[in-house]
Amino acid sequence: MFNSSMILAILPEILLLLLGLLILILDIVLKGKDGRNLGWVAAGGLLFILVLNVFLAKPTMPTDVFGGMIRYDMLGYVFKMLFIFGAMLTSLFMMDSEKLGNRGESYILLLVATIGMNLMASATDLIMLYLAIETTSIPMYILAGFMRDDKKSTEAGLKYLLFGAMASTVMLYGFSLIFGFTGTTALGAISGFSLPLALGVIVLILVGIAFKISLAPFHFWAPDVYEGAPTPITGFLSTASKAAGFAVLMRLFIGLFPPASAYAPSWTLIMAVLATITMTVGNVVALSQSNIKRMLAYSSIAHAGYALVGVVSLSELGVGSVTFYLIAYVLTNLAAFGIIAAFSKVTGSEKISDFAGMSRRNSGLALAMLVAFLSLTGMPPFGGFVAKVFVFAAAVKADMVWLAIVGILNSIVGLYYYLTVLKVVYLHRMEGENEEAHPIPLSRPYAIALSVLSAGILLIGIIFGPWFNIASSAAAGLF
Amino acid sequence: MIPISWYLILAAALFSIGLFGVLARKNAVAILLGVELMLNAVNINLVTFWRYNAPAEVTGQVFAIIVFAVAAAEVAVGLALIISIYRNRNTIVADDLDLMKW
Repeated sequence: MFNSSMILAILPEILLLLLGLLILILDIVLKGKDGRNLGWVAAGGLLFILVLNVFLAKPTMPTDVFGGMIRYDMLGYVFKMLFIFGAMLTSLFMMDSEKLGNRGESYILLLVATIGMNLMASATDLIMLYLAIETTSIPMYILAGFMRDDKKSTEAGLKYLLFGAMASTVMLYGFSLIFGFTGTTALGAISGFSLPLALGVIVLILVGIAFKISLAPFHFWAPDVYEGAPTPITGFLSTASKAAGFAVLMRLFIGLFPPASAYAPSWTLIMAVLATITMTVGNVVALSQSNIKRMLAYSSIAHAGYALVGVVSLSELGVGSVTFYLIAYVLTNLAAFGIIAAFSKVTGSEKISDFAGMSRRNSGLALAMLVAFLSLTGMPPFGGFVAKVFVFAAAVKADMVWLAIVGILNSIVGLYYYLTVLKVVYLHRMEGENEEAHPIPLSRPYAIALSVLSAGILLIGIIFGPWFNIASSAAAGLF
Repeated sequence: MIPISWYLILAAALFSIGLFGVLARKNAVAILLGVELMLNAVNINLVTFWRYNAPAEVTGQVFAIIVFAVAAAEVAVGLALIISIYRNRNTIVADDLDLMKW
């Protein structure tokens, strides 16, 4: 029964679990001393897993393994590599976070959440999908509330849990109805229920997924949780966790509504409206924020809207462009939150006005911020620009020119608040104008992670061909 | 045999009561209880569909078992977070948890 493709299909998960156990044992052996070094173990281990899987576990043709629970295809593979990469940089950012870095548990929880995301990206059975979503969510609830003495962090953890539990339960109710109407839980075999019923069930399921990717009517948790959670965790939450939600969205809904099906038009319309609301709400509310984490939270809501534009087109180009968008977005937002973590570790502040004079306090950090924020606005030659072009191109090709125009108008709104931050960083001076007396030292993990991310953003923006080919091959498996 | 609709109506009612609890109650523990009611409604649905549609297969039962295992884990984490909030703030009323707004 067992064959090599079964092992290869879950090789990343197996290795992540082993790495988690290794850290658990090391944590006990070290008895809580030198806990920070566990971050190096986690990051090194994740790099090893990434390299090993890039060479070994690349799927050649899509196969269903483990009784149809998991599909071993390029879409899952590309997303898995993305999550492992994200977790690697997050563990580097976590090392110098005061309350997280010295605790072995935080790295283990991060790895467990990564296992859950990996399974989300490849699950093709409702049971497996629900289990994977919860395996991701529960460690993230704990990590968001990890700083037990911090009022904001515990509040963020509880809010995330209450909203998350409710949304995933509503989704589960939808799953139970699908099981009832079709008699099966396998995604591939689910098809053919009548339109009114299908739409009702879809709305239920959409609640759960919209929560994960913070689409507009279900985005209320995001700003609060992003602000309260430890900054490296916020970075992970806003990138990998969101990308996992998109992977589920694409696999689930393109499986349920093939582009040729009769339901596709109504589904496309729902998604287009959601994308419009999400982009607009995210960008407009971000304009008035004074806390940078909150501003980035609203900006990440807006980015979910942009990515959704690609999903709306229900085509191979669309799915490929969303995958590419998420690759660029993960790099960019991880960098943005990493910079904020490095900054607020020294200054203890997350207010945008306190970023004044940062370019004189640490020019390298300010440069990284320039790269990340310009990529967020969608400026060439950074990754964010190419990603937006592909997503809007997919919308135009699917005859939804109005949606692309809405997206472009929203990008212009976004330009304002991103550039305001850069203006504060580069043009404003600190009070007293003695920036040299207040340097912002960067520890080694931050320096490594931020250089990797900045280089990555540039690389994706300039040499985008190979990356887009990878993203397209991921999309090809779905159609 | 009792018609299947009775069970489904029971589940839908339980789900709605739970959802109302989540949205209307102020106490964080009560909100968590509401979520539990919703999960139980899902389980009733799953077991009913299993019994009436495909009693020969175990899919529905397995799904139900996994759902309550996950629910237990979720509640454990939820209560832990509520305790840590109570230690910090001396309250578990959701309306008082308003450090972060807009």
